[in-house]
Amino acid sequence: MTWVLGNLPLIGDLLVQHIVFSLVPVVIGLVLAIPLGWLADRTRAGRTIVINLSGLLYTIPSLALFVFLPAILGTSILDPINVIVALSVYTVALLVRTIADALSAVPDLVVNSATAMGFTPARRFVGVDLPLAIPVIVAGLRVAAVSSISLVTVGSTVGFGGLGRMFTDGFQRVITAEIIAGIVLVLVLALVVDTLLVQGGKALTPWERAGETVRRGVEA
Amino acid sequence: MIEFRDVTKRFPDGTVAVDALNLTAETGRITVFVGPSGCGKTTSLRMVNRMIEPSSGVIEVDGQDIMAGDPAELRRGIGYVIQAAGLFPHRTIRDNIATVPMLLGWNKKQARERAMELMETVGLAPEMGSRYPAQLSGGQQQRVGVARALAADPPVLLMDEPFSAVDPVVRENLQDELLRLQSELGKTIVFVTHDIDEAIKLGDRVAVFRTGGHLAQYDEPGVLLARPADDFVDNFVGRDRGYRGLGFVSSSGLPVGELRTVEVGGSAPEGWSLVVDRERRPLGWHHGGTAGGTAGEENLVPGGSLYDAGSGSLRSALDAALSSPSGQGVAVAADGRVSGSISADDVLAALAVARRDDAAA
Repeated sequence: MTWVLGNLPLIGDLLVQHIVFSLVPVVIGLVLAIPLGWLADRTRAGRTIVINLSGLLYTIPSLALFVFLPAILGTSILDPINVIVALSVYTVALLVRTIADALSAVPDLVVNSATAMGFTPARRFVGVDLPLAIPVIVAGLRVAAVSSISLVTVGSTVGFGGLGRMFTDGFQRVITAEIIAGIVLVLVLALVVDTLLVQGGKALTPWERAGETVRRGVEA
Repeated sequence: MIEFRDVTKRFPDGTVAVDALNLTAETGRITVFVGPSGCGKTTSLRMVNRMIEPSSGVIEVDGQDIMAGDPAELRRGIGYVIQAAGLFPHRTIRDNIATVPMLLGWNKKQARERAMELMETVGLAPEMGSRYPAQLSGGQQQRVGVARALAADPPVLLMDEPFSAVDPVVRENLQDELLRLQSELGKTIVFVTHDIDEAIKLGDRVAVFRTGGHLAQYDEPGVLLARPADDFVDNFVGRDRGYRGLGFVSSSGLPVGELRTVEVGGSAPEGWSLVVDRERRPLGWHHGGTAGGTAGEENLVPGGSLYDAGSGSLRSALDAALSSPSGQGVAVAADGRVSGSISADDVLAALAVARRDDAAA
């Protein structure tokens, strides 16, 4: 505990780094995955290609990606961009399938009715398909965010910042308090982000709970 | 006016859903497409707003070829009520109804005001505006579906089995409501159903389709019941068509006879008397036995259906006679007061006269 109190500024820096390294990729990944998921949902061929490709991407070990990305991107070994890019790739890989599934689960009746009302395809996607896909997308985001938070600690083993530093440093210098504090902080961060996603999802989808309330409507 | 000229729809797998359809749906009238499943009635409807595109032939809405412009734009000008309402679950009732005005670029305030106005038109309480579709009953959702289709005041309304998912009582309610709305709005409506009774009740003209996308008969409902074109239509129209056909024969000239009435609480003679209240509105029947008695409220025998002598059909006259415990049907005036009696024999005699006139015409 004394170690923690004596190193608060350092812990704060590492926490901020960890948040940036883990959550910026989730946002980038989401933005990229939405059009890709839309593409996958539209045609059978698109679906096969996009989903297999994203599955393949996810099988690349994270450590390998951290090491090889500088060679591909032309960045320096410890450039934070490497972490951001690597984790964005994983988020896309995770979310594309989720988004494609969420979009294909929007009821045909609703989609047809939107088309018949005179929605253009683009407007329908933004105004009808995407909002109705939110609950499933949020479920996918929770997995992506938590896995991203834990993957940043892997980055620390090859020298990137983030709370993982507290493990590597704690091991090397045998400071148990530092290791434990690191583990606890990663767990708390994951829990807080997960809770925020759940609450945010609920706030965005008030209709999801509308059906659960007693049907007060008087029969027509 | 919606005009189909030699319209054929052949799907990629070779099935012909609609085969050289020629038909005109009149302006301001309800045209019903009816037939068994696979007869092409729904396909025909969906071709009007290009949800399905015809393989050949021409469809014109008020003289405009539907294939000429952009499909999304065409659809905003045609109201569409879908099976089971098809409301947007993530939008409030008010925003569901405001959909097409918003697509047309109205400002939000105007669109919402229009939505509230339409809720009133279709008989929904204004506080429902902020609810979501899942909080409404099936019948209420269907009303929202109709309001949504009317929002931008399109001249043409397409209704694709709109009332098939609600229970019979609510369905009948919605049908009456539609007829009331139509008498105010005068839209050009094409209505698809598989229910011949619904078709006959709602249609100014009814198009009966047979499997393979052929039009079997296109006529007014009374004609459909009286003179089905062939065995298929006869079968499809179903049993009791003779009786149901009476609903389309005017009862003008039907003699209304004397009816013995007694005010409630008064003393009744022997046999049957109709018990009425102070305003001469029917309450029920009283049987005085062989010696008469007091026509109290406690010994009333429930009456049958009432026949409105001003606007009723032969069907309602015959039903009044058949459902009355005394055998005398009760005729009432528009204000509900008893005006006399109807006998089944007179109804049949009037029918014979109507037939003779019909044959002579």
